[in-house]
Amino acid sequence: MVFGSGPIIIGQAAEFDYAGSQACRTLREEGLRVVLLNSNPATIMTDVELADRVYLEPLSFEMAREVLRRERPEGLLPTLGGQVGLNLAVELAQAGVLDELGVELLGTPVAAIRQAEDREEFRKLLVKLGEPCPRSTAVRSIGEAADFAREAGFPLVIRPAFTLGGTGSGVARDMGELTVVVGRGLSQSPVGQCLVEEYLEGWKEIEFEVIRDGRDNCVAVCGMENLDPMGIHTGDSVVVAPCQTLSDWQYQALRAAAFRIVRGLGLEGGCNVQFAVRDGEYRVIEVNPRVSRSSALASKATGYPIAAVATRIALGYALDEIAGSVTGSGAGFEPVLDYVVVKIPRWPFDKFAGADRRLGTQMKATGEVMGIDRTFEGALLKAVRSLELEGPGLFRPELSAWTDEELREVLCRPDDRRLFALAEACRRRWPGDGLAALTGIDPHFIRRLQVLARLAREVSTGRPLQDADLLRRAKRAGFSDRELGFLAGVDAERVEEARLALGLRPVYKVVDSFAGEFEAGAPFYYSTYEAEDELPAPGGPSVLVVGSGPIRIGQGIEFDYCSVHAAWALREAGVRSLVINNNPETVSTDYLTSDQLFFEPVTREEVLELVRRQSPRGVLVQFGGQTAINLAPELARAGVSVLGTDPAGIDLAEDRERFEELLGRLGLARPPGRAVRSPAAAARAAAELGYPVVVRPSYVLGGRAMQVVHDAADLRAILEQVDWRRPVLVDRFVWGREVEVDAIADGEQVLVLGILEHVEGTGVHSGDSISVYPPQGLDAPIRGRLVEITTGLALALGIRGLVNVQYVLAGGEVLVLEANPRASRTVPLLSKVTGVAAVRAATRVALGQTLKSMGLPHGLWPEPPYVAVKVPVFSWIKLPGVDSGLGPEMKSTGEALGLDFSFEGALARGMEAAGWRLPRPGGTVAFSVADRDKPEALGLAREYAEAGFGLAATGGTAAVLRAAGLEVRQYRKLSEGSPNLVEGLEQGELELVVNTLTRGRQPWSDGFRIRRAAVERGLPCFTSLDTARAVLAAVRGRDQGHREPRALQDYLGRFAAAT
Amino acid sequence: MVTGWLVLEDGTRFEGRLFGAGQEASGEVVCNTGVTGYQEALTDPACCGQIVVLSYPVIGNLGASLRSCESPRPYLKGLVVRQLADHRDDGPGELEWYLRGHGVVGLEEVDTRALVRHLRERGSLRGVISTSPQASVGPGVEGPRVAEVTTPWPYRIYGDGPRVVVVDCGLRLSTLRALVDRYDCDVTVVPATTGAADILDFRPDGVLISSGPGQAADLPGLVETVRSLLGRVPLFGIGLGHQLLGLALGVGTRRLKFGHRGMNHPVRELASGRILITAQNHGFALEEEGVAEAGLEVTHRSCHDGTVEGTCHPGLPVFGVDFHPQSPPGPADAAPAFERFWKLIQS
Repeated sequence: MVFGSGPIIIGQAAEFDYAGSQACRTLREEGLRVVLLNSNPATIMTDVELADRVYLEPLSFEMAREVLRRERPEGLLPTLGGQVGLNLAVELAQAGVLDELGVELLGTPVAAIRQAEDREEFRKLLVKLGEPCPRSTAVRSIGEAADFAREAGFPLVIRPAFTLGGTGSGVARDMGELTVVVGRGLSQSPVGQCLVEEYLEGWKEIEFEVIRDGRDNCVAVCGMENLDPMGIHTGDSVVVAPCQTLSDWQYQALRAAAFRIVRGLGLEGGCNVQFAVRDGEYRVIEVNPRVSRSSALASKATGYPIAAVATRIALGYALDEIAGSVTGSGAGFEPVLDYVVVKIPRWPFDKFAGADRRLGTQMKATGEVMGIDRTFEGALLKAVRSLELEGPGLFRPELSAWTDEELREVLCRPDDRRLFALAEACRRRWPGDGLAALTGIDPHFIRRLQVLARLAREVSTGRPLQDADLLRRAKRAGFSDRELGFLAGVDAERVEEARLALGLRPVYKVVDSFAGEFEAGAPFYYSTYEAEDELPAPGGPSVLVVGSGPIRIGQGIEFDYCSVHAAWALREAGVRSLVINNNPETVSTDYLTSDQLFFEPVTREEVLELVRRQSPRGVLVQFGGQTAINLAPELARAGVSVLGTDPAGIDLAEDRERFEELLGRLGLARPPGRAVRSPAAAARAAAELGYPVVVRPSYVLGGRAMQVVHDAADLRAILEQVDWRRPVLVDRFVWGREVEVDAIADGEQVLVLGILEHVEGTGVHSGDSISVYPPQGLDAPIRGRLVEITTGLALALGIRGLVNVQYVLAGGEVLVLEANPRASRTVPLLSKVTGVAAVRAATRVALGQTLKSMGLPHGLWPEPPYVAVKVPVFSWIKLPGVDSGLGPEMKSTGEALGLDFSFEGALARGMEAAGWRLPRPGGTVAFSVADRDKPEALGLAREYAEAGFGLAATGGTAAVLRAAGLEVRQYRKLSEGSPNLVEGLEQGELELVVNTLTRGRQPWSDGFRIRRAAVERGLPCFTSLDTARAVLAAVRGRDQGHREPRALQDYLGRFAAAT
Repeated sequence: MVTGWLVLEDGTRFEGRLFGAGQEASGEVVCNTGVTGYQEALTDPACCGQIVVLSYPVIGNLGASLRSCESPRPYLKGLVVRQLADHRDDGPGELEWYLRGHGVVGLEEVDTRALVRHLRERGSLRGVISTSPQASVGPGVEGPRVAEVTTPWPYRIYGDGPRVVVVDCGLRLSTLRALVDRYDCDVTVVPATTGAADILDFRPDGVLISSGPGQAADLPGLVETVRSLLGRVPLFGIGLGHQLLGLALGVGTRRLKFGHRGMNHPVRELASGRILITAQNHGFALEEEGVAEAGLEVTHRSCHDGTVEGTCHPGLPVFGVDFHPQSPPGPADAAPAFERFWKLIQS
């Protein structure tokens, strides 16, 4: 039995799919039957190919117990499903479920897990071992915390027990802050316990990935150093491997300490030990008795498969019995690096303008990228490019406009821009010692940035196109053509020409874990500007899969799922699969996934170099999300063969002006709109169309910068942020139902995989909507029409592979919103619940096969007798300052799936899996809605009342409800004093809040504060009446009870029998 | 910046830029794979006369410090790195000053990975660092180098523990530290030329024969000394010292195709089956057949290539290892070797 980690949230991303898939694969290699429980449908691990029994069910105690009862596995592997999986396993063990069912907990014993996780227990152990740890105490009340603070002084750091990604953590510098942070922490800890401890501000933060087997062999796979000192969560820190600023004696002291601790705890498997280091001193910060985000990073940084090795250790193997290397040592060795790895987190602040972007002990990043090169500079620049931020690279133009004061502010109070601010400060020749003092960053790193800054200055003042030596040095240092072009004030293409004329081309080196000392077979490469190339001559036809880069809002793990399947499909088709990607968390960057893995930034330069070097038959861009598809035009211009949908077809779909023409030709309707190229034209268009309008720039992912605008003043404010190089579309906002369709086309025939109906109406981004498959409220003629339109569009666009079309149904009419000529977010989910290997089919089509030749039908794939509901998951709690109100901008970080034979049942399971707290019967539901929503809200309120819930409302809404004869508890507006909704939430009087967005952006304050209050209390707050209605349905689904777990295989079996 | 070349005896050339002192150096080219501890590696007297290639690309990040010295000076001839990362805005950094001060020729910006891979294929080669790509590697006379690195006179570190004589064949300070700090041994370090009788005059509880440069076969005098000590006092050999023990017992040594040099070579402790990650710096090892014939018991083997890494004598209080059990530098996994020595000399 293996537990996954559930939906993607901040602090828990794709790394556990990587770990879990490795575990599943390893277990099956051992000839074992694998039962998997995970509610995240976008993962590789939940494929029926990876586990014998896949339960896409909530990761709850009851569900897990039921699955165990039904499946009766011999063992449970608890340490590969992140904190969620680990907590669940511990809960089951402690409740006696495992003993009762005779399930053995594999690997680390539960007592050791407890000892590592319980702060006080862990501290006792450290004291016993004589290991230094920060002064600290575990508290269960604010009073206890205050007593400790009086004794130990400030600053103090507060961490709630048993939470992941540092949820609820914070720093307190005085009693006032202590009260707030401890109060919040206690409410967020599942055991109501917080650790208060001495805050080691400015100490270096070092992590060790350690593996121990049952025979007490220990190896340190990797030591990693955080560039940012203590105080910033390691998930939010720039991390460098191997450690760069530790002397050998410091390194060995930490390694030895890590071993003593791991042995003291009796851990078996992979774990992570964190230290704070200052000069000759160190403190033990914490131990994660499981595979973690850092172990994924360490695996990718060293080529050592930590999760697979940990799995085998759990099965009782010793390290040297595990085939893990090319030498006779098995997995019992410590990788030796001859390159440097830099990880940079990817933060969501580009999507959340209002968010507090300062970094601290609570993680805020949604994903990360890794750069590999032979020097720190090269690795850093590659990682920066991999982030796919706007702008040329490390030296950012917008920062050159900052005053010294602004720069100093960001350096002292770090946010996501600190690295760039540091580069800018180096460019301004600020002295290194001062920068080190200001930031707490080791002078070594600052010197490396100074080297880059000096080179950047040389490039800006020199003539890099003519000066071969300068260009050579700049490329060797790791600058991209684009950044050099920017620095020198010329086009990147000119730099490229000059570079190619000099024959300046990168070579590819192998990541081999042995620094070249032994011949390693791993086909895992990175580029660098040096002498020797280790890439073998291309043998046989190959195809390059362009990956999707870091996980960010709008581009999640789904695209990695698609990239992985594409690589597998190529292999199956007898074509060598090459993958280029830079996300260290994912399965696509596991070198076992493809025939050759290139750990590189996914940019034009890197892809082109690879194509020149490997001459693949073509490049697949339809699986790597917007990252990959955006490269299509440039690749096509450079003469690269883009497989699948022709770049002309991609452009036709992506360029809204041209797309609109096409729709006109096909006689299809879309919401009336105009493409405009200036603010004045936009204002004119909006006035003609009539407000509200939707404003959207071309080429967007996750609806970035897309907004519903209610009046001219709002429009002006929004247009200030728009990039006018491409047309902006202004559409009339049409109220209606949203539907999306995924299909595969081969140029002649179109297979519609499925129609997904969104619970929320227009105005909420499809990624944030609850989606239902098969649709519950669409009659056969409408479905037929959708299939017909999708088919027509796919053929007209020349789609060869996957396409996703979004529709609005309004007044009996079908309007086309957009067509995405690529794999969509919903492809993994539909593949799973229909049993159609959509990515494999699309890849084969791209290689030239037809649907018919694969034995696939055209038209709508038969709909199953069960219902699948995708429920979005948000990470509000991690992002203070972000409004939880939903709109056309996507905000969710992940999703969970609910499967059942009824809509209500599936909804209930999906919501439970997504961690939504459904209101308990008899609880009170509060309404505070905009005027236009009042009539509809009345009906909904009545339904809630009939279902036995109490009602509460504010002023106007209360009046409407009361007038209709409903009993309502009235709350005041925030400005009107007590009792108001925020107080109601704080005092636990309310279970759920329905708060629709008032128009425009003016009265944010009230609604915003109510929504944040709900988020901070962990209570549901919905800004769409549709969601609130679905919740009621889910409550019914839940209360109908009888929720036996069902494996995906059983559902599919039932489906196959029915068709 | 002066362009320089490393030319190997098989004619292969590697381009780089010169730093450090002078412009020309020749010697045996060896690779060290340590990620940490570059300064410890450079100051190991066992490097005497060698051109050391560091496979980890970023070197100099910690400058140069007294604490990381394994001997009073670097004995190597040349240092080859990918990136010398200690340049300051105002000129050379600490490491470069240090190397200049000791006459070490440096070559940076070299594709050291290519060099390591080449040496892996070709085995140990001699080479020359020069400003000319046409430089030729002079005829190799690889004589014994122990005389260059051993202490000129005996010295003593007082302690309350057992009395140990250390025969300095190229002693690393960390070996002394292990004896003194942990076990409070009363240590007398003697030159490698000291005869057995003189050693026994110190009335030692045990004798440690240190690591050092070159091969034991070139040192017949030392072998004789060790042979005379056999059975009269507990003996512990490290690296070269282990090979001297072997020769004294009639076991031949062989040159490893690719020496073991680095900070984390896995070694299996045969008695327990456990894996120890060890620091190593040796280019020779005991011959497999000889070990068996001499009746020595193999205690440790390399997990990578099966090389004999440690032996003990079943009848005599004599044992040795090829790795460095002292730590730091290197991992502490093999520290029990000192424990074993300590127990041996206690009894």
